[in-house]
Amino acid sequence: MSSSTSASRTTAEADGRRSSGRPSPSPGGGLGQALGDGWTIAKRNLIRIKRVPDLLVGSIVSPIMFVLLFAYVFGGAITLPGADGSIPDPRAYREFLIAGIFAQTVIFGATITGSGMAQDLKTGIIDRFRSLPMAPSAVLVGRTTADVVNNVLTVVIMTLTGLLVGWRITTSVGEAVLGYLVLLFFAYCVSWIMAYLGLLVRTPEVFNNVTFIVIFPLTFIANTFVPLETFPTVLRVFAEWNPVSSVTQAARELFGNLQPGAPDPTAWPLQNPVLYSVLWGVVMLVVFVPLTVRQYQRAAAR
Amino acid sequence: MRAPRLEQVQGEVSAEHPAVGGARYGPGMTPTTSPRSREDHPVVAEGLVKRYGAVTALDGLDLAVPRGSVLGVLGPNGAGKTTAVRVLTTLLRPDAGRAVVAGVDVLADPAGVRRRIGVSGQYAAVDEQLTGTENLRMVGDLYHLGRGPSRARARELLERFSLTEAADRPVKTYSGGMRRRLDLAGALVAEPEVLFLDEPTTGLDPRSRLGMWEVISELVSGGTTLLLTTQYLEEADRLADSIAVIDTGRVIAEGTADQLKAQIGGERVELTVGRDADVATAREALHRAGAEDVSVDERARSLSAPVTGGTAALVAVLGALRETDAEVLDAGVRRPTLDDVFLTLTGRAAEDDAPDDGGTGGEAGGETSDAGGRGRRGRHRREGEAR
Ligand SMILES: Nc1ncnc2c1ncn2[C@@H]1O[C@H](COP(=O)(O)OP(=O)(O)OP(=O)(O)O)[C@@H](O)[C@H]1O
Ligand SMILES: [Mg+2]
Repeated sequence: MSSSTSASRTTAEADGRRSSGRPSPSPGGGLGQALGDGWTIAKRNLIRIKRVPDLLVGSIVSPIMFVLLFAYVFGGAITLPGADGSIPDPRAYREFLIAGIFAQTVIFGATITGSGMAQDLKTGIIDRFRSLPMAPSAVLVGRTTADVVNNVLTVVIMTLTGLLVGWRITTSVGEAVLGYLVLLFFAYCVSWIMAYLGLLVRTPEVFNNVTFIVIFPLTFIANTFVPLETFPTVLRVFAEWNPVSSVTQAARELFGNLQPGAPDPTAWPLQNPVLYSVLWGVVMLVVFVPLTVRQYQRAAAR
Repeated sequence: MRAPRLEQVQGEVSAEHPAVGGARYGPGMTPTTSPRSREDHPVVAEGLVKRYGAVTALDGLDLAVPRGSVLGVLGPNGAGKTTAVRVLTTLLRPDAGRAVVAGVDVLADPAGVRRRIGVSGQYAAVDEQLTGTENLRMVGDLYHLGRGPSRARARELLERFSLTEAADRPVKTYSGGMRRRLDLAGALVAEPEVLFLDEPTTGLDPRSRLGMWEVISELVSGGTTLLLTTQYLEEADRLADSIAVIDTGRVIAEGTADQLKAQIGGERVELTVGRDADVATAREALHRAGAEDVSVDERARSLSAPVTGGTAALVAVLGALRETDAEVLDAGVRRPTLDDVFLTLTGRAAEDDAPDDGGTGGEAGGETSDAGGRGRRGRHRREGEAR
């Protein structure tokens, strides 16, 4: 112990001598610095979003396309229970649909985090980051934060498209804001899982295939696009406990898009959609933040 | 500002440790026999082992770099150079062994090591979408230099590496040499006391390589302790105070460039003459110029002899030949290449499994200059025109 103290004293002296009149890295540490480092990385990723508009175009165009396809292609054929008998009501379906598209789109938005991490591993920039005296969580915190900004932009675009096809928020501003927060918070938590997967598979292309295969069923076996009443029992139970359903349900409730006369949900998650969604989010964070930080340190050390 | 600091640092070291600071590795003295205390050796590695499944990338590697000096780690593809650098820069945990960098144990306090070192890896680690300025500012911010100093430092480094004009262009528009320089600039942002450069010139054209050498020489004259890996003996020769040759994860030879060259036979003058009768004349001229032990290939009408003093010896031989009527087709100094080192040290050629690296082929082929006294200039200028 004593020898290491003397060694670090010598080094400190060398530092002082070398950097007279020069900036020298501050030893620092702690939460403040971790947040600062996270913000530095977030800025980097925001610049990238600006410079590589392809991604943004993708996450803007696909929701618009989805809204229009579902509203006008399927809309006429899908009958909502409780809506006036056998006559399909396209307007009611569009009202129902938008929250589902919101949920699906922000979850797909969260996958950008994972392909971004895989990309960074591939290009070697992670090596640079890892050789710097920064918080190990910073790359992940910065990445997930920047991707929230991306998701906010996407949500704005979808809202505008929704308004264009006749969708309306009929609740108070507070409830509406809470609705958006549930969507964005849930997506943020999912993005940590995506970061984990991205670090695991290490190749952006493979990552995209894997997540597509996982996320498509997750967002379709849910109340996103059709009411659960039409599902066979097994799928229905799955869908009722699927957090994508509760997020969608929460948004519908908070935007005032529940269909008048629709049967009340019988499953607990859908009776308490905000609570259930937030619980899921918290569990995802508690499990995946440490797991992902560890995987980051490991993946980079290969 | 830089030069006085250098003298101060080196002065102190030599005052305290005359053997190390003054003579560095004198003849007959190898780093293995010198003391490896943390104070005078900012980089010490002992018995590093790293395995990847069946592959042993590092097999008990020992290294030590005295303060203010440059160690060239020389080895062929797959020798373990990158693995060694990654262990020393905290990017990789070894399976066994220990390493102390800048007085800090790499395994016990990686964060402490990171604050004190600069790294430029084998492949430029820069963000393609960011501009040069943005890349360097980000690095400065992550070193926690503070906003103002971080910006000033970025500007200063871009200027120093001749990137000012490209400073506000995304890096994806940079050439390979520019990227490499930017990456090196990134390693220097916090003025580290110990610097690691992994093959800093591989893939650069001759002009960029010369430029990179100049930059590195300048850095080193500022007193930075540097560990540099390379596949080129010439590069180690030009930049390093001492050289560690590694193969299959182990140091197989260690010493100054001169010691290594002496070990593998040093330089040879090679001549090719036009007529059979000229061979004897040329042999005579070589003798007169002081070259002994001439070997002759009668069929190719070529002669070769070990010399000391390289170009000067060549000039002497050509001077002696001018007084005869011999027709000289080709004359030059052939310097030992990495292949020669490996042939001598391991009894096999350095395997060349990097077909994407254009430089290696020329290296392995050896170097013979064109005819005339203007073939090879000083040993330090040679590399630039070789390829
Ligand atoms: N992540 C890895 N997984 C498996 N094997 C590896 C890994 N990294 C390195 N190796 C192996 O370890 C050995 C040493 O590799 P290393 O990259 O250190 O060599 P090098 O001297 O830097 O070579 P080069 O001149 O080609 O850069 C090689 O045989 C290589 O195949
Ligand atoms: Mg390498």
